[in-house]
Amino acid sequence: MGFWNIMPSKEKIAQRAAREIASGQIINLGIGIPTLIPQYITAEKSVFIHSENGILGMGPRCRPGTEDRNLIDAGGNYVTVSKGASFFDSGLSFALVRGGRLDLAFLGSLEVSEGGDLANWIIPGKFSPGIGGGMELAQKARRLIVTINHTDRNGQPKILRRCTLPLTAKGCVDTIITDLAVIDVAKEGLVLREIAEGAKVEEVVEKTGACLIVPDHEIPRF
Amino acid sequence: MIDKCISIEKALESVRHGDRVMVGGFGVPGTPFTLINGLLERGTRGLTLIKNEANEDGTGLSKLIEAGRARKVICSHLGLNATVIGMMNRKEIEVEFYPQGILAEKIRAGGAGLAGILTDIGIDTILAGEKRCIEVNGQKVIVEPALRADVALIHASVADPFGNLVYEKSARNFNPLMATAANIVIAEVEEIVEAGDLDPDHIHTPGAFVDHVVAIKEITPEYGILEHHAL
Repeated sequence: MGFWNIMPSKEKIAQRAAREIASGQIINLGIGIPTLIPQYITAEKSVFIHSENGILGMGPRCRPGTEDRNLIDAGGNYVTVSKGASFFDSGLSFALVRGGRLDLAFLGSLEVSEGGDLANWIIPGKFSPGIGGGMELAQKARRLIVTINHTDRNGQPKILRRCTLPLTAKGCVDTIITDLAVIDVAKEGLVLREIAEGAKVEEVVEKTGACLIVPDHEIPRF
Repeated sequence: MIDKCISIEKALESVRHGDRVMVGGFGVPGTPFTLINGLLERGTRGLTLIKNEANEDGTGLSKLIEAGRARKVICSHLGLNATVIGMMNRKEIEVEFYPQGILAEKIRAGGAGLAGILTDIGIDTILAGEKRCIEVNGQKVIVEPALRADVALIHASVADPFGNLVYEKSARNFNPLMATAANIVIAEVEEIVEAGDLDPDHIHTPGAFVDHVVAIKEITPEYGILEHHAL
């Protein structure tokens, strides 16, 4: 079950997001698009996936009929574990996150600001399922990548000068990967790093609700 | 040898109307469904329930909440339970949310005899709004009081009669933390072995923390696979 509006472009976003992972990293995958990332992690990379409910070394989802009632991911899906996996309690699970041992987290979002603020946990009066582990992942992962569709279901930008919704964490986002672009949150602002095959720079600029810095050189495609 | 094994009826006499009750589990794994159902049958009311989440609609903790037995729920999220979210929105129950790991640490502090914890999680958000903030080593942090309960309901895989507990896979979650943080700790277990059969190196919760051990008679479908989460 996902909290976000997932559109057909989600696979493309997940595929591009997987390329940001370096071998040897400890990573965490939020709900929605991030859960699609593992299938695109290439075999030569050795990656340990952390799950908030107390798993390090989570493997792919179970084939039908092989589910273990005591082994789920944080979204409730039945999963396997990879070689070298470990189980632990919820306190230790977040010690790993807050203590700086989580190299990279991928999260979905409702809004992202040009300063890297993230808003993904509450729409006052409409959507308030609670906080879960998102606030700690956003604030404490060594690197945070947001995987989102570039615009919401009404075609409105999700990348804004300032978030209009209550924040999950301030200045926490490092990179934004959408169906249209890869954008880095840099000191000077949002910098266009890559553009999706078939997309135009003008389109990306138009659909971004914040100032987007477009480098002079040719922008690589993904 | 100390023997803490008692009937579920006897064990649940410890839970009074209006108690604060911690309940282990994260989704199905580690949720003490048998003890929850026993509490439901007893009709205990006015409870403050402390759990990571409220299970899914119509199961586990949600049954107690839906039956109007809870005054308040302290949790991390209710993302998979539209019924309880609805009750919260209609103000039929009070809900207090904490970041998941902060909820865990508040409980851990309660169990460790500490007054609270200091954290910067949520410091730039509306969460910090009504909370007491102080400065420590030049950093602004939130003062989060420790959390304890009158009773903790725990699910473990294996126990011995002294109450040494072993959890299985992702069913560990909040259980060992809550087992330290309540005045009375009741553990429902799938298997009870003889004293000495558990390797001391492999025990997750030492028996000192556990007051009552209840053997689960049957692994009911509630403990089983939720088809909508399988491929």
